[in-house]
Amino acid sequence: MSALIDIKDVTKSYEMGVETQVKALDGVSIAIEQGDYVAVMGPSGSGKSTLMNLIGCLDTPSTGSYTLKGREISSMNDDELAQIRNKEIGFIFQTFNLLPRADAVQNVELPLVYAGISRKERKHKAEQALDAVGLGSRKHHRPNEMSGGQRQRVAIARALVNNPSILLADEPTGNLDSKTGEEILALMDDLHRNGNTIILVTHEDDLAQHAWRVVRLKDGQIVSDVRNRPMSD
Amino acid sequence: MVLENLFMALKAIWANKMRSMLTTLGIVIGTAAVIAVVSIVQGFSQVITNEVQNLGSNTIIVEPFRPPGKEGEKLGKITMTWDDGQAVMRTCPSVTVATPIVQQFGEIKFADESSQYPILGVQPVFQDVRNYYVERGRFFGTLDESGRTDTCVIGHGVLNELKLPKNPIGRDILVGGRAFRIVGVMEPKGELLGQELDKFVLIPYATAIGMWGHEVADNTAFLVRARTPELVDQAADEIENTLRVRHRLRPEQPSDFKVSTQKEFLKTINKIANGVTYVVAGVVSIALLVGGIGIMNIMLVSVTERTREIGLRKAVGARRSHILAQFVIEAVTLALVGGIFGIAMGIGVGAIAAQLIPNWPGFFVPPWALALSFGFSSAVGLFFGIYPAAKASRLDPIESLRYE
Repeated sequence: MSALIDIKDVTKSYEMGVETQVKALDGVSIAIEQGDYVAVMGPSGSGKSTLMNLIGCLDTPSTGSYTLKGREISSMNDDELAQIRNKEIGFIFQTFNLLPRADAVQNVELPLVYAGISRKERKHKAEQALDAVGLGSRKHHRPNEMSGGQRQRVAIARALVNNPSILLADEPTGNLDSKTGEEILALMDDLHRNGNTIILVTHEDDLAQHAWRVVRLKDGQIVSDVRNRPMSD
Repeated sequence: MVLENLFMALKAIWANKMRSMLTTLGIVIGTAAVIAVVSIVQGFSQVITNEVQNLGSNTIIVEPFRPPGKEGEKLGKITMTWDDGQAVMRTCPSVTVATPIVQQFGEIKFADESSQYPILGVQPVFQDVRNYYVERGRFFGTLDESGRTDTCVIGHGVLNELKLPKNPIGRDILVGGRAFRIVGVMEPKGELLGQELDKFVLIPYATAIGMWGHEVADNTAFLVRARTPELVDQAADEIENTLRVRHRLRPEQPSDFKVSTQKEFLKTINKIANGVTYVVAGVVSIALLVGGIGIMNIMLVSVTERTREIGLRKAVGARRSHILAQFVIEAVTLALVGGIFGIAMGIGVGAIAAQLIPNWPGFFVPPWALALSFGFSSAVGLFFGIYPAAKASRLDPIESLRYE
């Protein structure tokens, strides 16, 4: 069985000034199976954000190949990438990134709007997703009427609503107190148990302990790749 | 998707009420000006057209006239007499009736009241030519004309101003110091564009000539009625030919008289109305341009403010076209909201103007003006919204999400 994510010898470089090139990723190869829970760690400047942007199809590599579910991503244009993100990726951000003027249901159904799903079905799916993250009673609250933990749950519901192949979480507890952070991590453990593939980008070791596999980056290269728990399939 | 964007746009506009209001002010003023001016100009043309129709659209006015320029100067003395009018009646088959008409201003006196009025010398057929009749009493008849009697018919407005009794028939008034017996009062016409239409005195043509002398008789104009409105142009041609022959004008000489039909008058009025409309259109297009720039400006601000939102939308799968549509629709909605307010304001101004001006035929905004206002404001929104929207659609999702 081929891996869900297959990254082969990928580099990503940025032009800085006239003749200076910065390699944010330098020959990275990694394969991630369906149903895995991977933590990507590294200090700032290690390239973990760049790797996450590539995996999340927000960006394409300078060289090398990235196949997601067997489809080559590196050569796609903006609109094709947008479609892949819409179908395959669920983003969870440190700063939640909710629309301030929209209520919970409207925030959650946003990916479905761009998937072209009917109003009625959208509402139904969004409510299901909110129920799944334990926010069934807050469907029509706006972000500013909710606590940080509740906002992150809305964001997670939004990431889940399209049944994506990957949940991509970037420091999901960075803006939360430790107790609320624990609750969010527990929720993500639940989601993983239910079969979701999770990639967690963090610089905190405590968080990384939740993952089954920990990948460490430094200076644009993978320096260690440790599996804490075996894949259970 | 469009509906979705429309809701989003209305929400965003509502969230920034003050800002949106100020932004659309240019559009509001522009469309308000269109609606107000169009309704007022339309009203004016309507009033004048009605008046002309009242006058009878088959009425033709023939007056002595010196053409401007050298050719005119060479013509010598310009004369026209009622003989010309009678010749017209004899020789022009498209003409039914005609009355001579001479006019002087003079003092009219009754008891202690006096005022200056136009005094018109006309023949009894005047009523039929003008399609305008006595309300009380009678018009002077052919016997008054042939006997040069000192009888007169007064306009309705003279009644009150000279404090005449309610029934003035049989009373005498002084016309230029001479006593004239009132035999009739014309039906009231009211005002046209601030001009009093009911203040005049009619006396028999022969009496007028006897009183005013040959100078006036040689300067007689006449009102002619064509058989049908369709025959007006033909009648005018016939009159032109008859008079040119009678006045012994050579082909290269211009006519020493002027034949004007109501059609020409209407054409002139329409020209003026159109002129006003064009000038206003020019001013309005400047207002709309300014309004459009305001919208572009605020949309650019909005795009910057909502960079993170754009980044997020792209992250969850919005394509360029989605973002483009969102912001274009927002700009168009903003402009349309301005347009709707402007239309409401213009209707208000037009309605107030209609109240203030007497004899107004009723307030009316032609549907094409509404359509034009809607069309123009949305076109302005579209045109000036495209650049900011394109800018938004090209934003890089990674950088946008990181934007503080």
